[in-house]
Amino acid sequence: MGAEFGIGASVKRKEDFRFVTGRGNYLDDINRPGQAYGYFVRSPYAHAKIAGIDAKKASKMPGVVRVLTGADLEADKIGGLICGWNVKSKDGTDTRMPKHPALASDTVRYVGDAIALVVAETYAQARDAAEAVKVKYDVLPAQIDVSKADKKGAAIVHADVRRNMAYDWEIGDKKATDAAFAKAAHVAKLDLVNNRVAPNAMEPRAAIGEYSASDDSFTLYTTSQNPHVARLVLSAFVQIAPEHKLRVVSPDMGGGFGSKIFIYPDETAVIWAAKKVGRPVKWTSDRAEAFQTDCHGRDHVTHVELALDQGGKFLGLRVSTKANMGAYLSTFASCVPSYLYGTLLQGQYTTGAIHCEVKAVFTHTTPVDAVRGAGRPEATYVIERIIDVAARDLKIDPADLRRRNMIQPNAFPYQTQVALQYDSGNYPAALTKALEIADYKGFAQRRDEAKRRGKLRGIGLSSYIEACGIAPSAVVGALGCGVGLYEGATVRMNPTGSAIVYIGSHSHGQGHETTFSQVVHERLGVPFEQIEIVHGDTGKIPFGMGTYGSRSIAVGGVALQNAVDKLIEKGRKIAAHKLEVAESDIQFKDGTYSVVGTDKKTSFAEVTFAAYVPHNYPAGLEPGMEATAFYDPANFTFPAGTHVCEVEVDPDTGGVEVVKWSACDDFGRIINPMIVEGQVHGGIAHGIGQALLEGCVYDKSGQLLTASYMDYAMPRADNFPTIKVDTIQTPCPHNALGVKGCGEAGAIAAPPAVVNAIANALNVKHVEMPATAERVWQALNA
Amino acid sequence: MYEFDYHKAKNVKDAVAIAKKQDEAKYLAGGMSLVPPMKLRLAKPGNLIDLNEVGELAGIKVDGKTVAVGAMTRHESVAESKDVKKAIPALAKLAGGIGDPQVRHRGTIGGSLANSDPAACYPTAVLGLGATIETDQRKIAADDFFTGLFETALKEGELITKVVFPVPDKACYIKFPNPASRFSIVGVFVSKKGNEVRCVVTGAGPCVFRVKGIEDALKKDFSPKAIENYKHPASGLNSDIHGSAEYRAHLITVLAKRAVAGAE
Amino acid sequence: MATHKVTMKVNGKAVSGEVESRTLLVHFLRETLRLTGTHVGCDTSQCGACTVHMNGESVKSCSLFAVQCEGQDIQTIEGVATGDQLHPMQQAFKDNHGLQCGYCTPGMIMTALDMVRRIPSPSEQEIRKNLEGNMCRCTGYHNIVKSIAAGAKAMAGAR
Repeated sequence: MGAEFGIGASVKRKEDFRFVTGRGNYLDDINRPGQAYGYFVRSPYAHAKIAGIDAKKASKMPGVVRVLTGADLEADKIGGLICGWNVKSKDGTDTRMPKHPALASDTVRYVGDAIALVVAETYAQARDAAEAVKVKYDVLPAQIDVSKADKKGAAIVHADVRRNMAYDWEIGDKKATDAAFAKAAHVAKLDLVNNRVAPNAMEPRAAIGEYSASDDSFTLYTTSQNPHVARLVLSAFVQIAPEHKLRVVSPDMGGGFGSKIFIYPDETAVIWAAKKVGRPVKWTSDRAEAFQTDCHGRDHVTHVELALDQGGKFLGLRVSTKANMGAYLSTFASCVPSYLYGTLLQGQYTTGAIHCEVKAVFTHTTPVDAVRGAGRPEATYVIERIIDVAARDLKIDPADLRRRNMIQPNAFPYQTQVALQYDSGNYPAALTKALEIADYKGFAQRRDEAKRRGKLRGIGLSSYIEACGIAPSAVVGALGCGVGLYEGATVRMNPTGSAIVYIGSHSHGQGHETTFSQVVHERLGVPFEQIEIVHGDTGKIPFGMGTYGSRSIAVGGVALQNAVDKLIEKGRKIAAHKLEVAESDIQFKDGTYSVVGTDKKTSFAEVTFAAYVPHNYPAGLEPGMEATAFYDPANFTFPAGTHVCEVEVDPDTGGVEVVKWSACDDFGRIINPMIVEGQVHGGIAHGIGQALLEGCVYDKSGQLLTASYMDYAMPRADNFPTIKVDTIQTPCPHNALGVKGCGEAGAIAAPPAVVNAIANALNVKHVEMPATAERVWQALNA
Repeated sequence: MYEFDYHKAKNVKDAVAIAKKQDEAKYLAGGMSLVPPMKLRLAKPGNLIDLNEVGELAGIKVDGKTVAVGAMTRHESVAESKDVKKAIPALAKLAGGIGDPQVRHRGTIGGSLANSDPAACYPTAVLGLGATIETDQRKIAADDFFTGLFETALKEGELITKVVFPVPDKACYIKFPNPASRFSIVGVFVSKKGNEVRCVVTGAGPCVFRVKGIEDALKKDFSPKAIENYKHPASGLNSDIHGSAEYRAHLITVLAKRAVAGAE
Repeated sequence: MATHKVTMKVNGKAVSGEVESRTLLVHFLRETLRLTGTHVGCDTSQCGACTVHMNGESVKSCSLFAVQCEGQDIQTIEGVATGDQLHPMQQAFKDNHGLQCGYCTPGMIMTALDMVRRIPSPSEQEIRKNLEGNMCRCTGYHNIVKSIAAGAKAMAGAR
């Protein structure tokens, strides 16, 4: 259809008007009639027995409606929170999934663990009263250090989990890997830490629980990337209400980055409390709570070895990782350091044998789950760091070493050593283009120029791959996932030709209202401004699995495309009837049905009108023009590319400045280049943040020392240079749109590019993230 | 935030009188240091006396020898003042580097000094230029003003009215910011006025302090080279997740050298 | 504790309300006036999502008490457009994809307007430096910087 609003056009976003005028509708902007406010009493200790809770004084304070505790939850037989993915250990045993009550009644296991919910007339009164709830703690030793969490003498997080081990998992072929190492000419080795990060969506989590006594139904307004998943868990496992009596609404949302996938204690307690107190209950997290309770990400301790032959070919990769799960298993925590990590260790390379083992362990810290990239940044960091170590050992140019080992464009489909089958790609082409954009050849001159200014300039590459479009249900089901990972979309045409799309993908910055409208406009010719995208309401949308893992376009978009195709087929029957020809004589193009070889035609809008005013209509055909499609992908999609980072280090202070960023990504077919570019910018900034600035730090007793922006360094505008990005496009061969997904690429690619650049500048083997000025200064003076 | 009572002061006399009368009273200047800890319930004043409409406390007066800055003068006003830029460019630059634009529109010199944050910028200029802090009761020399972590020579209810800076021959402030808070991990202010040299450090101790070793070396030769080999002892310096004592000690020399080089 | 009656001008209109001493300006705007375009993203006065103008200058409305704003002139994001006609800076954010989730956007735009007031045609470096008090997790700031440069240019053209 019209190039202006169709696929491939950088259409300006339709959602922007409300956001730039302050008319967005975020959760805390919503108030419900008769609403009370909730505030949580949280543990100040990382590990303690709760010896008693005395809420007598608090209950009598001004405005207090009720103080609810874990005992009340138990009395109401409200279930605990769950983890939805059972990752089997090497020995075939199940993931240990300890109980996770929404309000702890017996033991607290991290600073911030919720104990009681105080409901009052105002937020301030609830907070005042929460301070008056007296909790008696018997403080116990806490296990904070992940590297020692499975060792003898470690403090035990859950009595029923031996050595704090959630699972001890492996992937790949150990024997073949050992054999590859045995014949290696060189083995590069590295110990590294993938630092724990806090997600930091700018809008903190929030929820309003509401109960209607008239029809015994619940509505939970919540910040959720996947409202149907929230409903499923709250219904089937937590037992709040059956699904048909529970509606979950997730309105405009100020970012997610993974943190709003999960079903948390707070939202759970709020929806339950609404019925208890007979009023809507609103809770809005403050930033301090967000730091303590939003699931953190990463937190791996890894040893990696790469075996190479004389010619620098990768023979084998051996990885051993300890992954921190925090105090409880969050909703998808178990799959992140296993199936979203170990399966990506092939990278872009033909490495002949791979073995990876992962021990997932509990500690007395905030639960760890997916944060932008989830597992894939950790895998990319391992691969792209060890390659640079090998390049340094062997004095081979890092770009050259990568190129020598890349899977060739004619090798697809490519079966990896770690279960995945790559569908398409052209890794050398992306590398070549990225190096061109970066003027890789001119680096030596820039380095010399920097040296004259007293700066150490370094360059670093990262050739990443990710598995997106999560995920084929049969595959994830076989791997222990408790749900299917399809997506659903309904397209409802209105009689006058406008369209409403109801889709399970949830937009919280990605611009779905624009991108999905382009998909509909492209096929049906419905004017762009006459397409409404509805998301985030289980009361309206058929069913959906939500937004994460760069899946919205690759799964949701394809479901939408398939629903559109169903409409076209129905319309073909109507058009054939109207134009008095056989269906097979009708062709559909650019929103118009025409009779092949004639000038007879009718528009999709006219056909739609006929479907709602069926005066002259095919016999036996239902009126109406609406279709729903569920799409379950045949495979993951595999976005890939190369990013090049240049840094300058101040040798006196160790301060690092990213001075140049160049990238070439392959996201398959691109619907809206402007939006895709924006996603890449954001991802890169997120990744640079992890590499240079961000990191959650606990003290030995389990206090989170980085619980505000005073101590947790969030990237700001002056931390970045202008970013140069470009793309190549090898369409995904197994979905109708040819798309791959782009939301996480930057966050996956960036950290090793930065650290490789710093290591290059300093001529050292490794610097841990975040590469703070002091760390870099120490590395220089080691 | 805990509840408190709010009082709007009309003038200095009024402000001081309210402070005498009320328990747990605190003056509210820009609020940039006071309000955040109140929001986090880390501070619990019973009464706030708002100085924002006390006109006599705001304003800048520059004569040939001194720059006098009223206690309620915003950072932005100092940073943008043509007179300050001309008389003590280092002071204008320092003010222009505090916090962010929004903070500079509200934050005041009096508030910063009374708070005496261990990583604040303004105290370095006050001590580094040998300024005099005037209060409703007396004049306090900078050398006597900063007494410890969030502690000053101010007595209960005593109100800073203005700060008088002698104009130096040259001066410069260099800060190495904490990437999270953007306060100083270490900041160094140096000044030269005739034979007197001052070198003041923030971020590294409980409050700002002078570095005699550097001052002595610079008195002989006011050049970066003169302090090249100066090694500040790490013992006693702040050590936290943002920087070890050793690193801070190292930065003192690095930044002092840069400040000397940049002095104008 | 006593409450205070406070009267101020918000987006050109006189408004008043009853507030506690501890009521922050941002809560007065959001809860009492239902001007929910001004957001809260942190507790430490750093993220800038709550940025509004007081007497023409950008301030963080999470660090001012409503009672302090007696008689002051406040402008929020809701007062920037003229009806449905976007201000050039708002238009520039839309045209340059300067926002994603939109949560930080009102604060960014208020900061940008103040920036252009002080520096009519800011360089890229000046824009980045002057965004020190505003955080965004979505955009990597790249297109925000572009938007502000374009907005400043459009504003200069309109003058």
